Amino acid sequence: MRADVAGLSFRGRTASIGFARGPFVRISASQNSVRVAGEPEDEVLALREAIESASEQIAELAAAAGGEAAQILEFQVALLEDEDFIDPIFATIGEGAAADKAWASALDEQIADYNAASDEYLQARSADLADLRDRVLRILRGGEKHAPKIAGGAVVCAEDLPPSRFLEIDWSPGGGLALLRGSPTSHVAMLARARGIPMVVQLGALPDAATALLDGESATLELDPGAEQITLFERRREAHRKSRASARAILRRPAATWRGERIRLLINIQRVEDLDHADAQYADGIGLMRTEFLLSAPGGMPDEETQYRAYDEVLRWADKKPVTIRTFDAGGDKPVAGFTPEGEANPFLGLRGLRLCLARPDLFKVQLRALARAAVRGNLKVMFPMVTVPAELEAARALFAEAVADLQAQGIATMLPELGIMVEVPAAAMAIGDFKASFFSIGSNDLAQYVLACDRSNGALGTLMDPLHPAVLELIVRTAEHGRRSGAPVSLCGDMASEPRCVPQLLYCGLRELSVNAPSLAQIKQTIDRLSRGGSGG
Amino acid sequence: MLETSADGPFVTGKVRLVHAVGMHARPAVKLTKLAKRFQAQISVRASEAADWINAKSVAKVMALRAPRDSIIEIKAHGDDAEAAVAALIDLVATDFPDAGS
Repeated sequence: MRADVAGLSFRGRTASIGFARGPFVRISASQNSVRVAGEPEDEVLALREAIESASEQIAELAAAAGGEAAQILEFQVALLEDEDFIDPIFATIGEGAAADKAWASALDEQIADYNAASDEYLQARSADLADLRDRVLRILRGGEKHAPKIAGGAVVCAEDLPPSRFLEIDWSPGGGLALLRGSPTSHVAMLARARGIPMVVQLGALPDAATALLDGESATLELDPGAEQITLFERRREAHRKSRASARAILRRPAATWRGERIRLLINIQRVEDLDHADAQYADGIGLMRTEFLLSAPGGMPDEETQYRAYDEVLRWADKKPVTIRTFDAGGDKPVAGFTPEGEANPFLGLRGLRLCLARPDLFKVQLRALARAAVRGNLKVMFPMVTVPAELEAARALFAEAVADLQAQGIATMLPELGIMVEVPAAAMAIGDFKASFFSIGSNDLAQYVLACDRSNGALGTLMDPLHPAVLELIVRTAEHGRRSGAPVSLCGDMASEPRCVPQLLYCGLRELSVNAPSLAQIKQTIDRLSRGGSGG
Repeated sequence: MLETSADGPFVTGKVRLVHAVGMHARPAVKLTKLAKRFQAQISVRASEAADWINAKSVAKVMALRAPRDSIIEIKAHGDDAEAAVAALIDLVATDFPDAGS
């Protein structure tokens, strides 16, 4: 092989963004060394001691790490203290099995069980069990008290990495994680994001190498890179650092303005946990809380109490800031078993959004009751998706008023929140003046799809599916103008708002309120700041 | 409620699991930790499954795979059985709070 040959490049999935350049260090989860087994009583004693030192090690790690990491490790400690789990292992050792083999096979059985679960959460727990298995095996086999130290700043490569191994590595000089398998939803991915350690998962098979470049933004790993690759990598890293730093500095400023007018920047959330994003606190409120996640939880349709808790949690987080919750928007590309109709020839033009909720008032009432109760807890607004004609808004309002009256008759504190509609059906945008809504929110994804007659999930239509098409913009202008005349606030919560290239157009269309994904908040605020200072935008 | 069986008197109770992700690691750890504070023998089962399992075993409680909204039944016998059932029902009903555990 020639020395100037460019290194190999591999692509995976991003679990945590950031850049790392350093030695490529492979660690294997389990050692192959084999113990020589002693008499059954020695083996029992060996495992008992190994379990004890493993417990101590994990407790130490948990104490040092604190917070979320400590909770993750608590499960491992509980398992080591579980007699129902441990005693059968000692029983097989009593019958002549070697300590390490008996331990490993019991844990392997559990791991296989978790891996077979249909629930992604349970599957992810199998990594915790593998972690525990390997820790006890290391102690039994090597007698080593701690895992070998890994040089700081390295790009660490493993099949998968359990949380406790992650915590044992000193990440203070930087470094990154490249996993052959792994998942962006694993515990270790959460820890990596919290620490700002770049992490790429599902890289597949990798050869050995001396050095590596890990780019968590483009999800690439380059092994034994050439000089040119290193230069390009450093350029990307620098660009990322600069834009991040200046965007974050802008984020902390009180408000975005453009031509002297305040631009409100809110965030969209899919579920309550999205509020954990570090930038969420800088938003002017929540412009769109989707509620479909409640429908996909195991156990079927969520009851009033479950829904109320979710809404209340978000309102408490937001304090006095406004929170706009959208009622169930199922159907179309979001089917929900037992709720959405089956066999529709064209679900995007079928019974979806508010249409479906009005067809199922029994289920819809439960959501409206939960929202009516939540309304007294904060600055709540409720909006209905997929509204075509004013009669639908009025029907929903009547159901809502009924729910409020029922609850009040029972002496439960409730109120009717401000009600608004999503503007996503072209007919609604054209006849916007007919709706007696307190506010409007433009759902630009569906609006563009219906105006352009392009299925947004059909990749073959890529170039036709342009949200900046003049016909789409005209409907946005129309809605914004109506808002200005009538005094009803108008925002836009589609993907366009999170795209810097679309932001100037949206401002020129007359919008002064955008709702974006939390990770885009800094960039969009920066884009507006550049525009207001006469730049050409993002 | 007090009932009797061949094993002698035992106390039973039922509670709905409101935790958003069901009986997963964190709730299972809390439930078994609390159960271990009592002398009584405590068993749980979910949604009228045939088998009762030991409420002090985290591996077994996790293996229940009880989803949200399933009904958790608890039975206990022993000196502090009544207190144990009351405490466990309270833990599940209040959605496994962080304080005091």
